[in-house]
Amino acid sequence: MLRISRVLVAAAFTALLAMLPWRAAVAAEPVKIGLITALSGQSALAGQAISRGVQLAIDEINANGGVLGGRELVLVRRDDESNPAKGVVAARELIHKEKVAVLFGGLDTPVALAIVPLANQAKMPFMDPWAAGTPITKNGADPNFVFRVSAMDELVDVAMVEYAQKNFGSEKFGLLMINNPWGESNHKGLVAALDAKGMKPAGSEKFDGDAIDVVPQLTRLRDAGADTIALVGNVGPSAQVVKSLRRMGWDVPIVSHWGPAGGRFTELAGPGAEKVHFVQTYSFFGDQSPVGKKVIAALTDKYDDINGPADITPAVGVANAYDAMHLTALAIDNAGSTDGEAIREGYFEIDTYPGLIKTYKDPFSKEQHDALGPQDYVWAQFIDNRIVPVGLQD
Amino acid sequence: MDTQLVSALISGLGMGSMYGLMALGFYITFAVSGTVNFAQGSSMMLGAVLCYTFAQTLGWPIWLAVPVALALCALYGVLVERLAVRPFVRRGSDAWLMSTVALGIVLDNVVMHTFGKEPRSLPSSLAVSPVEVGGLGLGVYPLQLIIPLVGLALAAALHLVARRTRWGSALLATSQNRDAARLMGIPISRAVAGAFALSTVLAGVAGMLIAPLANVNSDMGTLFGLKAFSVAILGGITSAWGVMIAGLLFGLAESLIIMSLGSGYTHIITFGLVIVALALRPNGLFGRAEVKKV
Repeated sequence: MLRISRVLVAAAFTALLAMLPWRAAVAAEPVKIGLITALSGQSALAGQAISRGVQLAIDEINANGGVLGGRELVLVRRDDESNPAKGVVAARELIHKEKVAVLFGGLDTPVALAIVPLANQAKMPFMDPWAAGTPITKNGADPNFVFRVSAMDELVDVAMVEYAQKNFGSEKFGLLMINNPWGESNHKGLVAALDAKGMKPAGSEKFDGDAIDVVPQLTRLRDAGADTIALVGNVGPSAQVVKSLRRMGWDVPIVSHWGPAGGRFTELAGPGAEKVHFVQTYSFFGDQSPVGKKVIAALTDKYDDINGPADITPAVGVANAYDAMHLTALAIDNAGSTDGEAIREGYFEIDTYPGLIKTYKDPFSKEQHDALGPQDYVWAQFIDNRIVPVGLQD
Repeated sequence: MDTQLVSALISGLGMGSMYGLMALGFYITFAVSGTVNFAQGSSMMLGAVLCYTFAQTLGWPIWLAVPVALALCALYGVLVERLAVRPFVRRGSDAWLMSTVALGIVLDNVVMHTFGKEPRSLPSSLAVSPVEVGGLGLGVYPLQLIIPLVGLALAAALHLVARRTRWGSALLATSQNRDAARLMGIPISRAVAGAFALSTVLAGVAGMLIAPLANVNSDMGTLFGLKAFSVAILGGITSAWGVMIAGLLFGLAESLIIMSLGSGYTHIITFGLVIVALALRPNGLFGRAEVKKV
C-alpha cells in the first residue's frame, strides 16, 4: 500500500511539475518552498486559501526576478489531511528529500505542534500562516526556527477582553468554551487576560462539538450575571450558541475567536448570526490599501471562482500566507543563501516591508517570532454569507 | 418553578426522547433476532442527510422528501442485516458486533465524500420563532415540544403492535424460539430483515426531527449513537417502554447536571450514573433477567 501511494504521489507530483509554466530561461536552480496543509477534508477550503496566498506572492516575486539574484521560487505542496502523523511524514519528506529552503505549514494547531520539534531539530525555518496555538512559536527551543504571520490564542484572548470592554462596556464575562484542547487553552488565556485587569470571569461553561441545546449552560451564565459572552468554538457549535440565545430571548454581546469564519455561519445560526463579533487578521471588504487592491485584482485575474472580495475566503488564509511568503523572500535575500540558519537570521534582519495586512517594521526578533499582534486584528461579523468588518454595513 | 428548572426540563425531555427513539431501534432488532446494528448513529445521520438532500438540494416538497428518505433508510436497514449481520449469525459468530460498526464507518465516510464535511442547516418552520412558555421569558421551538410527543407515540405504537397484533406476536416468537417459529410458518428471515428496516427508520426519524435543531453533517450521529446504546442497555433492552423511559431519564440527567453542577463534568457524571445503575440492576432499570431453560 505504502509503495503504491508513494508512486502515485510521485506521479501526481511529476504531472504537477510538468504543468507549471516554466519560463524559457531559468537562470539557476529554483528555490523550493514547502507547504504542508489540509488539501482535503473539512479544512480543505482554508488549505486552498493558504496555497493561493503563497502562490500569488511567489508569482509576484518571480516576476520581479526571484530571490538570491535571479533564482525562481517553486511551491511544493503536501496534504496533511488535518492529521498530525501525516503532517510529520510530509515534513520529513519535504525537508530531507525535496530539500525545501523554507517550510510553510500549520492550519490545525495539533499538526503544527507535531512539526515544530522536527523543524527545530533539522534547522529548517518553519512559517505558520494560520494555526493560532500559543506554543507553536513559544516552543522553548533555542534556537527557535518557527515564525508566524497569524493570530495567536494568547493574544486573541487579550484582544477579546479589550474589544468587549471598549465596545460593549463589558464588566462580567461569561466564558463559553468548546470541550476540547483548543477550548481549554483559550480558557486559560481568557482567565489570564481578565486577571491582568484585576477581573474574574462571572461564569465559565463548556459545550460539546455536537451540542444541540446550549440553553442550560447559557442560563447558568445569565444567572451568574454575565453581561458578555466570550465564545471559543468551531462554526457548527458556535451556531448552536446563537440559536440557543434566540430561544432564551437573551440579547447579549458575543465576542468570539475566529471559529465562525470556518463555514456557513449565517445559514447554520439563522437570525442573530451577525451579533457574533469575531477576530480576523484581514478583510478584503472596505477601504483597501494599494497592496490590497493589487492582491484582489491579481486573485480575480488568476482564479475563475474569484469575482470579488466575497469569494476570497477564508480571507485570513490568503492574507496571512501572502504576507508570510513575501517576508520569507526578504529573509532568503537577507541570508544570501538557502541555508536554514542563515534564513532564520534573515528574518530578524527584515526592517520595513509594506505588506497587505500592515506595513511591517522589524516584524521578527529573537524574542518575537509572531509578526502580528492584537493591534493588527480586525473585528468582523457575518452579513449574509460574507465576513465583513464590524460596522461596515451600518 | 424557576426558569432555569423549566428550561432544563424541556431541554432534557427533548434530548431524552431522541435518545429513546434511537434506543427503540436497538430494542426492536434485539427483540426479534438477538442482534443489533451498533452503528445506529450512522442510520440517524443518514435520515438527516437524505432529508436535507431531497428537501434543500433538490428542492422537493417536505411531504415527499420525508417518506422517500425514510424508505431509503429502511432499505439501508435491510442491507445492514443482509451484509453485516446475517452472514455471521448463520455461522454462529458474534462478528456482527464489529461488522455493523464497520458498515457504519463506511457509511459515514461515503457521506463525507458525497455530501461534504461542511455542516449544513436544515431549515424548518417549526424551529424559527420560539414560543413563550408560561410567561417565564423562556422560548421553546414548537419542534422541541413535538419531539417528545412523537417519541412517546412511537413507543406506544410499538408496544401495541408487539403485544396486540399477530404480526407482533410473530416477531417476538422469532426471538424466543427460531425453530418453533419456523415450524409455525413464520417467515423468519423476512421478520428479521423487517426489524432491521424498522430500526433504521426509527433512527432516521430521530435524525430528521433533530436536524433543524442541530447541524447536518457526516459525523452528527456518532456520540448520539453511543448515548442511545447506553440508554438501551440502561432501559433493559427487552422493553419498549423501558428504553423510552431510560432515554428520557438520560436526557433529563444530562440537562439537570449541567444546570446544577455546570457543564464541565457532564459526560463523566452521566455515564458514571449509567454504570452505577447497571451495577445495582444488571438487567437494566426495566429489564427482566433472561430465563435460560436447561
